[in-house]
Amino acid sequence: MTDVENTSQFESTATGGMPADVMLRVENLVKEFPINRGIFLKRKVGAVQAVSDITFEIKRGETLGLVGESGCGKSTTARSILRLLEPTSGDVWFQSETDDEGEPTEAINIATANKDTLREMRREMQIVFQDPYASLNPRMTVAGIISEPLLVHGMGNQQERIERVKELLKVVGLSPEHANRYPHEFSGGQRQRIGIARALALNPKMIVLDEPVSALDVSIQAQVLNLLDDLQSELGLTYLFIAHDLSVVRHISDRVGVMYLGRMVELADRDALYDEPMHPYTHALLSAVPIPDPELERNRQRVILEGDIPSPANPPPGCRFHTRCPIAQAPGICSEVVPEFREMTPDHFVACHFPEVKKLF
Amino acid sequence: MTEPLLSVKDLRTYFSTEEGIVRAVDGISFDLMPGERLGVVGESGSGKSVTAMSIMRLVEPPAGEIVTGTVTYHGRNLLAITEDEMRAVRGGQIAMIFQDPMTSLNPVYTVGDQLIETIMLHQDVNKRDARNVAAQALSDVQIPNAADRLDDYPHQFSGGMRQRVMIAMGLSCNPEVLIADEPTTALDVTTQAQIMDLMLRLAADRGTAVILITHDLGVVAGFCDNVQVMYAGGIVERGSNDDIFYRPQHPYTWGLLGSMTRLDEEQQVRLHSIRGAPPSVIDLPDGCRFRPRCDFATDRCAQELPLLRKIEGRGEVACHHAEELDLEITRAVGAAG
Amino acid sequence: MEEFEGMAVEPVTQWQLFSTRLRRHRLAMVSGVILLLIGLIALAAPLFTCPNNEPECGRLLPHPTDQLAEPDGRLATTIAPRGDYPFGTDEVGRDVLSRVVHGGRASLIVGVVTGLMVAIMGSIVGAFAGYYPGAIDQGLMRFTDLILGLPLLPVAIVVGRLLPELTFVPEFMTSGPWGIAILLGSLLWGGLARIVRAEFLSLREKEFVEAARAAGANDRRIIFRHILPNAMSPIIVQTTLIVGAAIIIEAALSFLGFGVRPPTPTWGGMAAAGAGIAPRGLWWELAFSASALIITVLSVNFLGDGLRDALDPTQTIERK
Repeated sequence: MTDVENTSQFESTATGGMPADVMLRVENLVKEFPINRGIFLKRKVGAVQAVSDITFEIKRGETLGLVGESGCGKSTTARSILRLLEPTSGDVWFQSETDDEGEPTEAINIATANKDTLREMRREMQIVFQDPYASLNPRMTVAGIISEPLLVHGMGNQQERIERVKELLKVVGLSPEHANRYPHEFSGGQRQRIGIARALALNPKMIVLDEPVSALDVSIQAQVLNLLDDLQSELGLTYLFIAHDLSVVRHISDRVGVMYLGRMVELADRDALYDEPMHPYTHALLSAVPIPDPELERNRQRVILEGDIPSPANPPPGCRFHTRCPIAQAPGICSEVVPEFREMTPDHFVACHFPEVKKLF
Repeated sequence: MTEPLLSVKDLRTYFSTEEGIVRAVDGISFDLMPGERLGVVGESGSGKSVTAMSIMRLVEPPAGEIVTGTVTYHGRNLLAITEDEMRAVRGGQIAMIFQDPMTSLNPVYTVGDQLIETIMLHQDVNKRDARNVAAQALSDVQIPNAADRLDDYPHQFSGGMRQRVMIAMGLSCNPEVLIADEPTTALDVTTQAQIMDLMLRLAADRGTAVILITHDLGVVAGFCDNVQVMYAGGIVERGSNDDIFYRPQHPYTWGLLGSMTRLDEEQQVRLHSIRGAPPSVIDLPDGCRFRPRCDFATDRCAQELPLLRKIEGRGEVACHHAEELDLEITRAVGAAG
Repeated sequence: MEEFEGMAVEPVTQWQLFSTRLRRHRLAMVSGVILLLIGLIALAAPLFTCPNNEPECGRLLPHPTDQLAEPDGRLATTIAPRGDYPFGTDEVGRDVLSRVVHGGRASLIVGVVTGLMVAIMGSIVGAFAGYYPGAIDQGLMRFTDLILGLPLLPVAIVVGRLLPELTFVPEFMTSGPWGIAILLGSLLWGGLARIVRAEFLSLREKEFVEAARAAGANDRRIIFRHILPNAMSPIIVQTTLIVGAAIIIEAALSFLGFGVRPPTPTWGGMAAAGAGIAPRGLWWELAFSASALIITVLSVNFLGDGLRDALDPTQTIERK
């Protein structure tokens, strides 16, 4: 993992020629939402850039955590990767498997793929949503929900699909007898298991987990996190794990990316990011997370940020964090020049003019 | 020992629903000392919010009803006084902050109007003085240009700023008790840090007693003096912060701590999850309510509801086997010392 | 993998939940039974009235007869309710009971046909507008606005007058209730289209719809399998309201003389005729036809009310 092949990460790869150990590469991804005015003739009067030019890779079998506060664009990134939203620009290269010799195969660009390619991709990459109440159709039975991906892709006959549903229910720790019930009969944790079973139905290589435990109580959250751990090691899954809870992300991830106002500000191996964070926003974020340990809390130094997150419709120029940054030179370089996302130490990327390692605990 | 400021005895609040009687709060007792910061921790359905609503008498009949219990405050039972008398207590001596800062402010009035109304309701001041008090209250919660922002409407404030306004409103009449129900749950983590920092400072400066209701043990660790843990409508454990976090005696508290992911986690350890889900508060198990999920349950637990009792040198716990269990906290850093 | 013990959940199907809730709505249940009876009677009307297959389907009094002669020797055709004519007879001596029963057929045909047309057209237009933003949405909604902007009564009157002149229009369209029903159906769907569009707009963004899309489901499956079933409750409720409204409008048109043509009996037409003779103390034709109309429309609305409560998954009814 420490090979410094990452220098190539920022070169545009028109053919998507990716090394064999990379499953997904997001390049210069941009997603804008237009702001329209007028009732009869809608005019575009502006755009909210929810995701601004972000680039990262996910390696085969790893978990990449993506953290940030509300409005930072992490969920938009996830949905753009899956083409649930149309990316405005940028590429999403996806290489679901290697050939028999473990050499790279031809990757597809999800951002520009046609309908049929996209359908094929959906068998390989699935998603689990945050809200276990909104993500299951209340008018369908559990069997109907879990078997839908199979049905849509024309896999198996009725009997085989029922068998697969029962098998999946067991895999996620539910009873096969639950198949004929409706979502409203289940608790939040059980519903999230149903959502996970649906995502597993097609045997995908990769799962995007969009805040999968945020809506759950702590004890249930631990059950689901353990289940995700088990599934990853048993099925060799690759995860993109999106959350706002930094402690959950530390627990589950191999590498972690931090987003702020549509930009990736820091990306590093998990321990490097948590133990030696370099971006001042990461510092603030880490120091804000409460730890269930009174002694530690009494002696903690907090970096309390001033003010609020600016509106993404009108982001600050230069470094987007400069309005709240404790070390910013503004007016100055920070308010004028967009900091480059550079590799400070191997595999540790930071977008800051004045990066500095800071130990927080 | 000083007199408790607020004393809750055998409080029971039930709701009648389509499926049956929900025993949301089922026989809890606790004292709040002057200036104490008490954390009430529990998962959804544990009854922690209903406890707060019951103290404030905000449980809505006919669905909800406070069946028995007393809430003694300055020698008066708040559950027995008239609605008019209660209105004077509410917001004046006991204030409450709610979870959702988006809906707790009326969108058609300015923030100033709402603050001034609260102040004039509880203090004998004219409108001009009330406005000054309001401006001061906003600047106490560190809202920039406080006097000007009085004329702004709620939608002109961000989520964190609105929660500051709520705190300003809660504290504007210098209450003795502040009940904060999940005050930072709807906020981002950096905003949460701002708000908790602010509440801690204001409460300490003014000697306000705080009941902090939350599901987040982390928030409690940094804010509270004492903690009580609720499960399925009852208190299962109570003690000082150190008792609860380093020497938990109830298997539920212990399991909860083991379930938490920690920011300072060194290795990727497997979480100790509690099996199953909280019971339906309509159909509670006999005996100990935690028994179906407990690894240490015995026959006695199935028959006898354990009562909260003091353990020498530790906190209070509602578990028959507290003395025999050796619940080791493997991950807490401070536990070593 | 760890074994998971969930809380005990009772298997309750959506249908059970729906019917328990509906059954608890006393008024709606009573209304449902009344409507069922009215429907059955109207269906069976030819069986127990119209013994001689008179074209106007109203039993004529034996005419002339001695018993009916007034003291001054004038023949009476209009008699008050009594044993053999429980609802009395009308101005030309037709049995009001059998005419009320037959008039129910016209009202129910108008109600049901209009309701079905509105449900189908409103759902389709609303679904497409709500699911496909942009040009399709804009086009369909402007068309809907146009339809909603048409003044109902004048249009119905003009069309009612023009229809019989058009030779290509089949006979049944111009004489019976069918023409009115189809006309109302094509004018009243705008409100439902707007409601369905709003439902689709919000449901389209729901995570379960995104989940279906992520699974590879196509638009047709998403619309019909995922969104439409979740939009059913406002569709059903709005449709019942339309049924009631259509019956009233048909009655109003017939009252004004622009609806179903005599001698086919309708409640509105009978009410108009009854109103004409009521000042002379001959109250029964008006009373019985108007009562039938009011009871039917109220029942439809109460049933709609009950359906709305029963279909709302967030609704919980408190125990007394």
